Amino acid sequence: METNFIYSLLGNNLLGYLAVCILPLVFLIVYALVAILGELKIGAFMQDRLGPMRTGPWGTIQPIAEVVKLLQKENITPDAASKFLFNLAPFIIFTAAFAAFAVIPFSPKFVPSGINLGLFYIFAIGSFAVIGIFMGGWASNNKYSLLGAVRSVAQIISYEIPAGMAILSIAALAGTLDMNEIITKQSGWFTNWYIFGGSGSALRILFLPFTFGIFVIYLIASLAETNRTPFDIPEGESEIVAGYHTEYSGMKFAMFFFAEYANMFVVSALLTIMFFGGWNSPFGDFMSGPIWAVVWFLGKSMSFIFLQIWLRWTLPRLRVDQLMYTGWKVLLPISFVCFFAIALLAMLK
Amino acid sequence: MGNYFRNIWLGVWTVLVGMRITINHLVMRKVTNQYPDRYPDLKSLEEAKLVPTNSRNRLFVDKEDCNGCKGCERDCPVNCISVETTRVTPGDTVPLLRSGGKRNLWVTNFTIDMAKCCFCSLCTQACPTSAIVHTSEFEYSEYNRNDLVYQFSPFSPEEAQVKKDMFANYQAEQAAKKAAAAAVAPAPAATQENV
Ligand code: SF4
Ligand code: SF4
Repeated sequence: METNFIYSLLGNNLLGYLAVCILPLVFLIVYALVAILGELKIGAFMQDRLGPMRTGPWGTIQPIAEVVKLLQKENITPDAASKFLFNLAPFIIFTAAFAAFAVIPFSPKFVPSGINLGLFYIFAIGSFAVIGIFMGGWASNNKYSLLGAVRSVAQIISYEIPAGMAILSIAALAGTLDMNEIITKQSGWFTNWYIFGGSGSALRILFLPFTFGIFVIYLIASLAETNRTPFDIPEGESEIVAGYHTEYSGMKFAMFFFAEYANMFVVSALLTIMFFGGWNSPFGDFMSGPIWAVVWFLGKSMSFIFLQIWLRWTLPRLRVDQLMYTGWKVLLPISFVCFFAIALLAMLK
Repeated sequence: MGNYFRNIWLGVWTVLVGMRITINHLVMRKVTNQYPDRYPDLKSLEEAKLVPTNSRNRLFVDKEDCNGCKGCERDCPVNCISVETTRVTPGDTVPLLRSGGKRNLWVTNFTIDMAKCCFCSLCTQACPTSAIVHTSEFEYSEYNRNDLVYQFSPFSPEEAQVKKDMFANYQAEQAAKKAAAAAVAPAPAATQENV
């Protein structure tokens, strides 16, 4: 299956590869600007404020102003920091976040790289970011940075396991790790989405609590992996200044910032792909096709972005012990139960 | 075990309750005033509501109601009020306070340094006649800091001096009278002085 319209357009040459690389990057930048504005505005609205109003009509150019501000800022490298690692860390984090875009199917006709291990790849790359975080925190030579980095490692390792169980469940249900194939298997009406147990006999209704449960578990775990509130203890402003990026400023800080937003999109896309039928239209053949697919995919992903922002402005930060309790004693056992139930469902099919 | 599931249920439930609250606020009317663009006209009743009723802004003292008790001066944590009074001379024409009380003291000097004021509102609570109040006037910046020292005495310095002299004269008169009485009966007055 030709999964990339750019290759058919420009041919399998350097230009084609370049275009394939740049397209997600352009998307990422535009999306990040929208998401930053969304974060500011939604956060303000939820607190009965208006948010930024001065830059542009209704403050719509605010994110651009923020990026310009970050670009202008001085790039400080602390004297006592380990310079090489300190400067390397933001690049690693951003690369890890951006690398995940390689396998995200925006449409049946556009997957930057249609490898058949997409789900596994994204999971592997996702845990790569923690190396960057730890590198940045440790190399900063600052106690708060180190504390934040250590917390981040503990958090990501704890939450990787329930997230892994969720991904495993979907792999069992779909019988494949190829992103586009997982989505194709959920085609048809929205009842075929994996959150409703995928296509198959009506018996799958019985498994609804488990599929829904694993969805919630992945949602929570993904929040923890992207260091979003309520799991932002690695940054915990009120406790450890800014956690692992305390010492960063200017463009290097902006890269942490961008990486966070990129990660948010990756997990939202993953939720969409694994549970909500990816680029499939919810209504069978109605409004389906490669172009509509992009609309559906982005629409669904953006609703998850909204959900993340919504949660951020609703919940306070968890304490470290609560975080560990939730990860190991609640999510992990429940994810095992859900996994077994879903495996049973996969066998029954 | 039951507790474990109850905790999870409570966790999920309270998160949902919280999310309902925030989503309600998302679509609610916003409270922000676009202040320099959208100017609350304090004269109009409707607009004045844009300034919260219990907001604490510029202080105002009703000169005809202040009885000079110095309660505000004592309570002010930053010492920005200074009140100077002098006793009313018997026989002087004294108007009643606006609130109906009798006036025993002239307020010869009453300044509030609004540059120092921290808007704690302690002075307004101490005032027995509610003479000192916060107004809804919030724009009163000045180029010169001294312009923020407000005068609330009913008298100009000269008039105040007149009142002071009047009482000083009266006191001197009284003292002279006392001295005359003391000349008649020196012994008790002397003891009094020693005490
Ligand atoms: S509001 Fe507080 S600080 Fe201001 S004058 Fe009154 S007592 Fe003093
Ligand atoms: S407390 Fe009230 S009455 Fe007393 S001096 Fe102050 S303003 Fe005047």
